[in-house]
Amino acid sequence: MTWRQRLSRWDVKSAPYLYIAPFFLLFALVGLFPLLYTGWVALNKWSLVKGNQGFIGLANFQYVLAQPRFWDGVTNTFSIFLLSSVPQIFMAIGIAAVLNANLRAKTFWRMGVLVPYVVAPVAVSLVFGKLFADESGVVNAILTNIGLDPIGWHSDRFWSHVAIATMVNFRWTGYNTLIFLAAMQAIPNDVIEAAIVDGANRWQTFFSVTVPMLRPTIIFVVITSTIGGLQIFDEPRLFDNFSLGGPDREWMTVTMYLYELGWNVQKNLGRSAAVAWLLFLIIVIFALINYAITRRIASSDSRPNRKALVK
Amino acid sequence: MRSSLLRGAAVTAGLALLLVGCSGPAATPSASTSASTSTSAPSEEKVTLTVATFNEFGYEDLYAEYMKDHPNVTITPKKAATSNEARENYFNKLAAGSGLSDIEAIEVDWLPDVMQTADKLYDLSGDDVKGRWLDWKEAAGTAPDGKLVAYGTDIGPEGVCYRADLFKKAGLPTDRAEVAKALGSTWDDYFNLGKQFVAKSNGVAWFDSADAIMQGQVNQLANAFSSTEPEETLIPLADNAPVKAQYDSILKAAMDDKLSAHLQQWQPDWVDAFQKGKFATMLCPGWMLGVIEGNAKGVEGWDIANTFPGGGGNWGGSYLTVPAQGAHTKEARDLAAWLTAPEQQIKAFKAKGTFPSQKAALTSPDLLSVTNKFFNNAPTGQILADRANAVKVNPFKGPQYFAVRQVIADAINRVDVTKKQSAADSWAQAIKEFNALG
Repeated sequence: MTWRQRLSRWDVKSAPYLYIAPFFLLFALVGLFPLLYTGWVALNKWSLVKGNQGFIGLANFQYVLAQPRFWDGVTNTFSIFLLSSVPQIFMAIGIAAVLNANLRAKTFWRMGVLVPYVVAPVAVSLVFGKLFADESGVVNAILTNIGLDPIGWHSDRFWSHVAIATMVNFRWTGYNTLIFLAAMQAIPNDVIEAAIVDGANRWQTFFSVTVPMLRPTIIFVVITSTIGGLQIFDEPRLFDNFSLGGPDREWMTVTMYLYELGWNVQKNLGRSAAVAWLLFLIIVIFALINYAITRRIASSDSRPNRKALVK
Repeated sequence: MRSSLLRGAAVTAGLALLLVGCSGPAATPSASTSASTSTSAPSEEKVTLTVATFNEFGYEDLYAEYMKDHPNVTITPKKAATSNEARENYFNKLAAGSGLSDIEAIEVDWLPDVMQTADKLYDLSGDDVKGRWLDWKEAAGTAPDGKLVAYGTDIGPEGVCYRADLFKKAGLPTDRAEVAKALGSTWDDYFNLGKQFVAKSNGVAWFDSADAIMQGQVNQLANAFSSTEPEETLIPLADNAPVKAQYDSILKAAMDDKLSAHLQQWQPDWVDAFQKGKFATMLCPGWMLGVIEGNAKGVEGWDIANTFPGGGGNWGGSYLTVPAQGAHTKEARDLAAWLTAPEQQIKAFKAKGTFPSQKAALTSPDLLSVTNKFFNNAPTGQILADRANAVKVNPFKGPQYFAVRQVIADAINRVDVTKKQSAADSWAQAIKEFNALG
C-alpha cells in the first residue's frame, strides 16, 4: 500500500470517530468531569465558604442516608414525579392524536400546545402561586363556592404535590405532545388504511396500530421525563417564596435538599455532593426499571412488524 | 433567616421594594479625608473600579459625582438583580481567588460567612472612618481579630406599624404618641394590648405572623444561638432557655390568645391580607414601610408608632467590602469610604429610601425632616432615627446562626401557619433538626 492509500484507509476508519468527537469531548468536559469531581467532593469535608477541609471517606453518605429529611425528599420527589409524568404522558398522547386529525388551522393548534412551554418557570410559578394560595387563591375560592372545604395547598403534603404536579404538567404536556405528534406523523398511512379496510374502528386503530408503533417514542419520553421528573427543582422551589419546601419540608425534593445542604443553610458542599451522587444512582436504577417495563408493555404481539411492512 | 426569606421573596415575587433591605452610601466631601488626599494628586494613574451591588443601593448619581471629582477614576457599576445571586457570585469567586469586583456589597445575612473568610478582605480601618457608624453596626463589620472589613451602608431600625382605623373600632387610642404609650415597653405589654384588641376586633388579628415576632425578639438577644466567651460555641437548642422562652410565649400569644393572623411573610396570602385588613400591627423596619405601602395600596389608616417592644431592634442592612484579590484595593477603599460617608448616605436615602447607619447622618436635618404621606404624614425620618439610636444590642451571629434561625422559623410555622403540630411537638422536631446540623 502506498502512503496515500494508507492515509485514505485511515481516514475512512477514523473519520466517523472524529465527527462524533466534539460531542464526546464536550461531554467529558461538562458531563463526565463534573460527575467524577462531584464524587471526589462527596468524599471530603468541603465547605462552600472555606473550601476543602480534608478527606473523610464515606461519612457524608452516612450522614445523608441517616437523615429523615433525605428520605422525605425521596418520597416527595417520587410522589411529584408520578403525579406529573404519568398523567402527562397519557394527556400528551391523547392531545397528539387529536392534533393529528384533520383540523382546521392545524399549525395554530399545534403551536398553541407549546405556548406554556415557552413561558418562563418563574412566571408560571407566580401565576400558580396565586391560583393555589391557601386563603386568597382562586382554586380554593371555587372549591368554597361549590360547597367544598378549602384545601391546604401549602400545608398538606399530598395536595402540595398535586399543585406542583399541575405546574409541571402545564409546562411539559405540550412539549411531549409535539414529540408524540411527530412520531404519529411518521406512521405510514397505509398501515392505518389497512386497519380501517380490515374493519377496525377508530379506537381499535388507535390502540392496536398507532400506540404500538409509538413504542420507541414512548420509551424516549418515559426516560427523559424520568430523568427530568426526578431532578425536579424549579417548580417546587418556586412554590413559595422561601424555596425550602415548606416548614416541614412538605414539598422538598431531592434536588432542593441538595441545594439546601450546599448553599442555603449548612453550606456543606460535601454532603450536597453525596446527595447528588445518590440521586444519580437512583435515576440510573429507575431509568433501567422503566426501560424494562415500557419495553415489555409496548412489545405485545399485536405490534405490527416494521421490517415486514417495509418488505 | 428572616432576611434570607427576604431574599427568596425578592427572587420570586419581584417585590421590588423589599429589596431595599440593604444599602446605603454616603460620603462626606469633608469627612472623607482619605479620599480627598488620594485624589488631590491629579498625576495619579488612571484606574477603573468595579462596584458590585444588588437591588437598590441608590448609588447611581454618586458614581458620576465621584468620577467628576476624581478624573483618574472610572467606575463600572455591576448590579445583581437579587442578593441571592450576588451572594453565590461572592462566595464562589472569593474562594476561587479572582473575579470579584473591586468593591463588593454584602448583606447582613452573609456576615457570619464573610467573617470566616475575613483574611481574604482588605483591611478598611482608618482614622477617617473611626466611629462613623452606630456602634453595633461598626462592631458587626469588624472581624474577630479587630480589623474593619465592612463599611456599613444602611440599616433597618424597627418600629411598630399599626392600623389606626382598626384601633379606633376596637376602642384603642389612635394617635401615634398615645399608641406608643399604650404599647408599653415590653413584649408582654405588646401582647396584652393585643388581647384587648382581639376581644373587640371582630376577627382581625393583632399581628401578621408569629415568626415575624420571633425575628424581632431573637434580634434582641446578644447571644441567641452561640456563646462567645471564651470563644464561639453553639448553644445546644435543647439547653437554650432564652430562645425556648421566646418560642413559648410567642406561640402562646399566637395560638392560645389568638393574636396571630397565621400568615407567613412574603407569601401571596400575606400580601393579600393587607388589602383585606386581616391584622392590625406589624413590626416594621424602615425598609418595610415601602413594602406595606405597596401591599396596602388604597388602604387608609396605616401609621407608625415610635416604640419597639423590649427595647430597640434592627432587621437587615448592608455593607461594602473590598476583596484583597483586587488590583486597586487602595483606590477601592477610598471610594468605599466616600460612598459610605454620611453625606452620600443621605443622598442615597433620598434616592432609594435606604436608611443610613452613620451617626452623623442620623442628626441631619435632611433626614429628620422626612415625613411619609402614606403613614398619616408620620415623621418617619425622626422616628426611625430614634429607633436606630434605641438599638443597644449587637446580636452575635456565628457561622451557624442562619441555620439555627431557619430551624426555629420552621418550628414556629408548623404551629402558626400550617397548624400541623402542637408547640411542644414542633419544638421536639426542631431539636432533632438542630442536632442534624452538625
